[in-house]
Amino acid sequence: MDYRNTLTTCTYCGCGCNFFLESLDGKLTGTIPCKTSPVNEGKLCIKGWNVHQFVQSERRLKQPLLRKNGELTEVSWEEALAFTASKLKEIKEANGSDAIGFFASAKVTNEENYLMQKFARAAIGTNNVDHCARL
Amino acid sequence: MIDRVKEKINELLSEGSVKGVVALVTANGHVAPCLFQKGDDLDTLCLGDTEKSGDARYPLNRVLCTIARQYPDDVFGVLVRGCDERGLYGLYRLNQLEPDKVVPIGIPCPESLAQACECKKPYPDDIVAGEKFEGISQQGVEDMDNKDLSTRFSFWMDQFSKCVKCYGCRNICPMCFCRECSLECEDLVSKGDLPVDIPVFHLTRAMHMADRCIDCGLCEEACPSDIPLRLLYKKTAEIMNTEFGFTSGINKNEKSPLSLMGPAPEK
Ligand code: SF4
Ligand code: SF4
Ligand code: SF4
Ligand code: SF4
Repeated sequence: MDYRNTLTTCTYCGCGCNFFLESLDGKLTGTIPCKTSPVNEGKLCIKGWNVHQFVQSERRLKQPLLRKNGELTEVSWEEALAFTASKLKEIKEANGSDAIGFFASAKVTNEENYLMQKFARAAIGTNNVDHCARL
Repeated sequence: MIDRVKEKINELLSEGSVKGVVALVTANGHVAPCLFQKGDDLDTLCLGDTEKSGDARYPLNRVLCTIARQYPDDVFGVLVRGCDERGLYGLYRLNQLEPDKVVPIGIPCPESLAQACECKKPYPDDIVAGEKFEGISQQGVEDMDNKDLSTRFSFWMDQFSKCVKCYGCRNICPMCFCRECSLECEDLVSKGDLPVDIPVFHLTRAMHMADRCIDCGLCEEACPSDIPLRLLYKKTAEIMNTEFGFTSGINKNEKSPLSLMGPAPEK
């Protein structure tokens, strides 16, 4: 019998609310907002309250998908990255850097977002950087 | 008091009369619900008091229900305050827990907490340690009743309009366990829309809690919009008491008047 509450931070937005992911015998059973967290003081929004559901969701993407002959197909990271890199290069050469845009995400860390804009500006050469909330 | 609680838990675990005890732990500088089992270090056990008494309470009965559903044949201990014990009585009545599978470890609340909660019974029937303090009258309900109807109406409509529809009041509640929740019934509450349906959302919940709410206040503490939910449910409970002489969880074996057919029971 292994009941645990693991303290962690919400991945859904930049507020960074703290909660416990409740698990029983290795399966997530719920989210419990952390009352002693100075960030959210025991409160969450509807996204945070349901965060445990995506982890074990059947519909969760676990591997990159590439459209092959009109069908999304699971591929390795190597193949996905090689495909993306070659396409980015192709578009940049044919239409210029500003033909490419980048969308950052609230679901990754600050550092990852920093790296993404750095890649956009330094490697691709565009200021087309926006946020997923404006999609 | 906490030493006596630890002693009691240690006794229960080492003699093997319970499989585990649901209580609170201090870990990583935070208070969290925890299942203590035989051999676990009880030093980190806490009662949910940090800056103020009872300011880090969690729905331990809810945790107990989660575990008991997976391990229906085992007996578990659970740390209870007055409201939690009322909750246990309610959960027995509603067939969510088996009384002979639960060993409550009761602690009374101090005056300051009883005052803050305006608690009718700030102690459980069975107390392991600590001095009990008598109940407090429901001043908040009385003050609200003294206002005229239009003031009360606009007060509540203003409060409800602050709702962000997080469902936190339902999710944290130790007495909410329905698989199909009315707050997700699209005939009552529209799906994916804001603002929330006012006042249907809040009044539906108040009605559903009428014979269940044990006035623990965890919903109000979880509400990001500071809506005085507890006051609303205290009033609902008062109506149940005046009309049917029923108070949720006060008597261990009392049936809810809402589950009886026929004439109203004697007051
Ligand atoms: S719970 Fe809501 S507000 Fe808090 S971090 Fe998650 S998404 Fe943001
Ligand atoms: S509601 Fe009553 S029993 Fe529960 S914490 Fe408050 S004072 Fe204690
Ligand atoms: S006070 Fe709130 S959380 Fe506690 S039982 Fe009543 S409705 Fe549920
Ligand atoms: S906790 Fe407050 S804001 Fe969230 S749904 Fe309940 S009443 Fe609305």
